[in-house]
Amino acid sequence: MKGKKTRESYCLGIESTADDFSVGISTFNGKILANIISAYIPPEGGIHPREAARHHAKVANKVLEEAFKKAGIKPMDLSIIAFSQGPGLGPCLRTGATVARALASYLDIPLVGVNHCVAHIEIGKLKTGAEDPVTLYVSGGNTIVSAFDSGRYRVFGETLDVALGNCLDVFAREAGLRQRVGEPFGAVVEKFAANGKKLIHLPYTVKGMDMSFSGLLTAAINLLKKGEHKLEDLCYSLQETVFSMVTEVTERALAHIEKKEVLLTGGVAANKRLQSMIKAIAEEHDAEFSVMPKEFAIDNGAMIAWTGVLAYRHGVVTPIEKSFVKLRWRLDEVEVPWVK
Amino acid sequence: MGEIKQPLLVKKGAEASLYLADWHGRKVMMKKRLPKKYRLSELDEQIKTYRTTHEPQLIHKAKKTGVPTPTIFLVDVKNATIIMEFIEGKQVKQLLSEVSKSERQHLCFKIGELIGRLHKNGVIHGDLTTSNMILNSEGKIFFVDFGLGEKSKELEARGVDLHLMKRALQSTHFRFAEECFDTVIEGYSKVLGSETAKNVLDKIKQIERRGRYIAERKGD
Repeated sequence: MKGKKTRESYCLGIESTADDFSVGISTFNGKILANIISAYIPPEGGIHPREAARHHAKVANKVLEEAFKKAGIKPMDLSIIAFSQGPGLGPCLRTGATVARALASYLDIPLVGVNHCVAHIEIGKLKTGAEDPVTLYVSGGNTIVSAFDSGRYRVFGETLDVALGNCLDVFAREAGLRQRVGEPFGAVVEKFAANGKKLIHLPYTVKGMDMSFSGLLTAAINLLKKGEHKLEDLCYSLQETVFSMVTEVTERALAHIEKKEVLLTGGVAANKRLQSMIKAIAEEHDAEFSVMPKEFAIDNGAMIAWTGVLAYRHGVVTPIEKSFVKLRWRLDEVEVPWVK
Repeated sequence: MGEIKQPLLVKKGAEASLYLADWHGRKVMMKKRLPKKYRLSELDEQIKTYRTTHEPQLIHKAKKTGVPTPTIFLVDVKNATIIMEFIEGKQVKQLLSEVSKSERQHLCFKIGELIGRLHKNGVIHGDLTTSNMILNSEGKIFFVDFGLGEKSKELEARGVDLHLMKRALQSTHFRFAEECFDTVIEGYSKVLGSETAKNVLDKIKQIERRGRYIAERKGD
């Protein structure tokens, strides 16, 4: 950058809860200067935590370097380091935390542990301008309907077993579908579903505000193995059923807490069919609908950096000796003093 | 269906719309499941028909077990509409935050007893939130909205049902959720016996552990 500039404060955020290792850099005013994401792609099967962690350790250096280059700043310019402290896969989280601790100690600046789910909501608000939304966060690891109330993001509905994204992934793998680099299994299922026509009955399980996908997944896999149905029709029915379930729960939350904004985020947010369903209920309840662009909907370092800024400005710091990772850190355990 | 006079939309829920109406000179509640544009019409039909036929059956069964529920006057499956008695009173959701601690405990104990009666007789409510409970002027607590309910005596179903109650208390009445839930369980034990209650509580713990990122699992 040319010319004189006033001294800005920067936060570097490290995200490593699952298969993505990412570094983001945000100014204290919420300008995202860099968001570099490196995804671990397993040669076959699901994510092995140890293998993913190995990938993270291998690419950390390069991703950091790239982020500094993109942001046009030097490590010495940083004011704080934020990292995703949980929830997620142990080995992956520990790798990110180690990098964060090393940087914070070396630069002698504060470390801020950030909850991954809170970060998804905060970057969503920053990027879409939503102020107080009902958030549907759907990914490979999470299926949560949440909204702010009295100091925390409350969980209004969630999965009782597997996450929606995981349900799609497992089905796709069982069906022997292939993914291209950078293409999630959900996108592959979406493509097949687009050519499906026949609705095959699958268990629709909404219990109050919570959902269950495991029985449905088993039923879908059993049908797949019987080979009586076209794969396109199965993908179509799977999508229609699971998306109807999350949409119903999101609508229930919306009707119950009467907020005027709906935010869709997480890796599965990229699915057009899900977008259209959530948009429809938002309209029905006169709420404004926003969907996160993919770069900030999937796991990313920018969201950790920005949430780190918010937390730090409200006095949250994480001393190194208390920076152990929290594998099962629930969204609703976190105080968010920066939201009024 | 008979003549519905002056339907007044009182609650546009996610699942159905509720209208206060006049039906043959009676003040009634009309519950209509409107088509959901977001889901396929085929799936929509299936869900609406299932819930419209099952809900009145469960409401009726609940009433027979001594749990106050609205009287069903008419079920119109084709139009996904149920006409039932209008219950005048106050939502427990509102009351819990307004009343004194002793009154709150009294309400929760009573709610626990009613859930106990439902479960003892094989009725699972399916959506035990405090907005689905109405206290009338005679001090009776009515249970409404059995749309997500089922008939079951299984421990799993009972556990999920009470787990929902616990979650509803935590999300809506987080200041005294624990106290309320403990009292609900006291009332529940009184009806089902402490052994069954303990089994259900163990089941709830198991269900919670099945969930993602649960504190109780931290040790494993």
